[in-house]
Amino acid sequence: MNEFIFFFNSVVINGAVIGSIYAMGAIGVTLVFGILRFAHFAHADMMTLGAFLVLILTALFPAVGPAIGLPTAFVMMPVAMVATAFIAVGIDKLFYKKLRENNVKPVVMVMASVGVTLMLQGLIRFLAGTGTQSLYIDDRKAIFRIDLPFESASRNLVVTEPQLLLFLFLAFAVIALHLFLNKSRLGKAMRAMSDNPDLAKVSGINTNTVVGVTWIIAGSLACAAGTLLSLDVTLKPDLSFMILLPIFAAAIVGGVGSPYGALAGGFVVGLTETLAVFNWTFVLRPLEQAIPSLDLPNTLAFVPTEYKITIPFFILLAILIWRPTGLFKGKIL
Amino acid sequence: MALIECKNIHAGYGGMNILNGVNMSIESSEIGVIVGPNGAGKSTTLKAIFGLLNVGEGSIELRGDNITNLSPDKLVHKGMGFVPQEHNVFVSMTVEENLEMGAFIRRDDFSYMLERVYSFFPDLKDKRRQPAGELSGGQRQMVAMGRALMVEPSLLLLDEPTAGLSPMYMNEIFERVIAVNESGVGVLMVEQNAKQALRIAHKGFVLAAGKNRFTDTGQNLLNDPEVAKSFLGG
Repeated sequence: MNEFIFFFNSVVINGAVIGSIYAMGAIGVTLVFGILRFAHFAHADMMTLGAFLVLILTALFPAVGPAIGLPTAFVMMPVAMVATAFIAVGIDKLFYKKLRENNVKPVVMVMASVGVTLMLQGLIRFLAGTGTQSLYIDDRKAIFRIDLPFESASRNLVVTEPQLLLFLFLAFAVIALHLFLNKSRLGKAMRAMSDNPDLAKVSGINTNTVVGVTWIIAGSLACAAGTLLSLDVTLKPDLSFMILLPIFAAAIVGGVGSPYGALAGGFVVGLTETLAVFNWTFVLRPLEQAIPSLDLPNTLAFVPTEYKITIPFFILLAILIWRPTGLFKGKIL
Repeated sequence: MALIECKNIHAGYGGMNILNGVNMSIESSEIGVIVGPNGAGKSTTLKAIFGLLNVGEGSIELRGDNITNLSPDKLVHKGMGFVPQEHNVFVSMTVEENLEMGAFIRRDDFSYMLERVYSFFPDLKDKRRQPAGELSGGQRQMVAMGRALMVEPSLLLLDEPTAGLSPMYMNEIFERVIAVNESGVGVLMVEQNAKQALRIAHKGFVLAAGKNRFTDTGQNLLNDPEVAKSFLGG
């Protein structure tokens, strides 16, 4: 029983945590692709930037969180989301819009986004240094240990406060996005433009507004993902670099252009990653007592932790071979 | 005053002109049909009117208002609806969502217009929750026309509405076009099925090499032996 709880804590919960982060990033990437038809490489840096904005706000107003009973960084997150949304719209106006108006090929847009990545990374390092920062400045990270009603279970299910907030926020964001895309006039226009941009134009849909809304959603979700990830672990300027590949893998696995696919893809990549690096020795130890000849090594994982970053590659390969359009049929919202 | 009037329009892609002086005019009570051989500039004329390509010379007027080279979204606001020949529905969206997208520029309650579109195309009412991509070619054409009608346009531009349809659907589409016209919407359409289309046309325009070759009532064009020989297959 304890082994099972250990497995659940380290694979299911941790996998779902990182999966939620990937999902939030992948939804943004997939929305931008669906509307603007290019892979936005600077997305992960928007996540880091958003998290840094939260760090600044948290440092400025450290007393806000304790007054409400939530981490200050989480309380500040909506403010930073608005700011990041504005920055995303600004980046589009400054860099991508002009290219779009000149009808450049998508690969030029991709290259431009790589340029934006480098600029954002430089900016973040310039402002905040290269060190590791914690978003918990004045408050402490709460950890919930949940007792299980089984006699054989002496271990607890462990969920931390930021993880719980992450799950709640993701659920809220997904429901809100679903309602927006399916019920609101602008959300439907977004789906229409992703489906058939020329027809959207002849229908009188204002494509500039749709593009703006896309950046607002992508930017604010990126900020939330960056903040919630940094709350769970720590905030580093190279956070984005480590997360970019899994996010794109998640978007492609789910089917590029499909937000529900991105959600599923995020969890597939996150859970596979944690499952692949999980150390089975602990779970299999009882077998060692039963079979005396069995000698388990200290670590018994499918993939050594250091090679974790390769896993999204393999998932990507598998999907591209067996289901090239992704789990959900891609290319449309 | 004519509903739409094109005076000597020259237009094309890049430096190449496809239209070399097209003239046409129709009233709001009329159906105008543009026919002609492949490459004559039929679809190009519609695209030029709807601001989808640049008009280099000449002018286009909607009820006397100069609309030359206005962008499509502005023309939708001015009361024009355009149905492209291909890719004319949002395949992933339901029939009703397609119609709602047609009404995107409307801020008022347009539910009565949904009902009116369903009364023009009763088939669509049963299918309104179905994705447009699952419909047959004829039904898609109805969705496309319905979408363009949602803004209650004064002029409807149709680019080969019966292309690739079975004769049964073709007749049905023509009947609907007449019904739409009788409700007070001027129609200008390009058609490959020239004989059938001219039969319902108040005005016909036979284009060749980007110019008007014949301009007359639909019936006169059908009766003209030269038009019949050169453009209607005898």
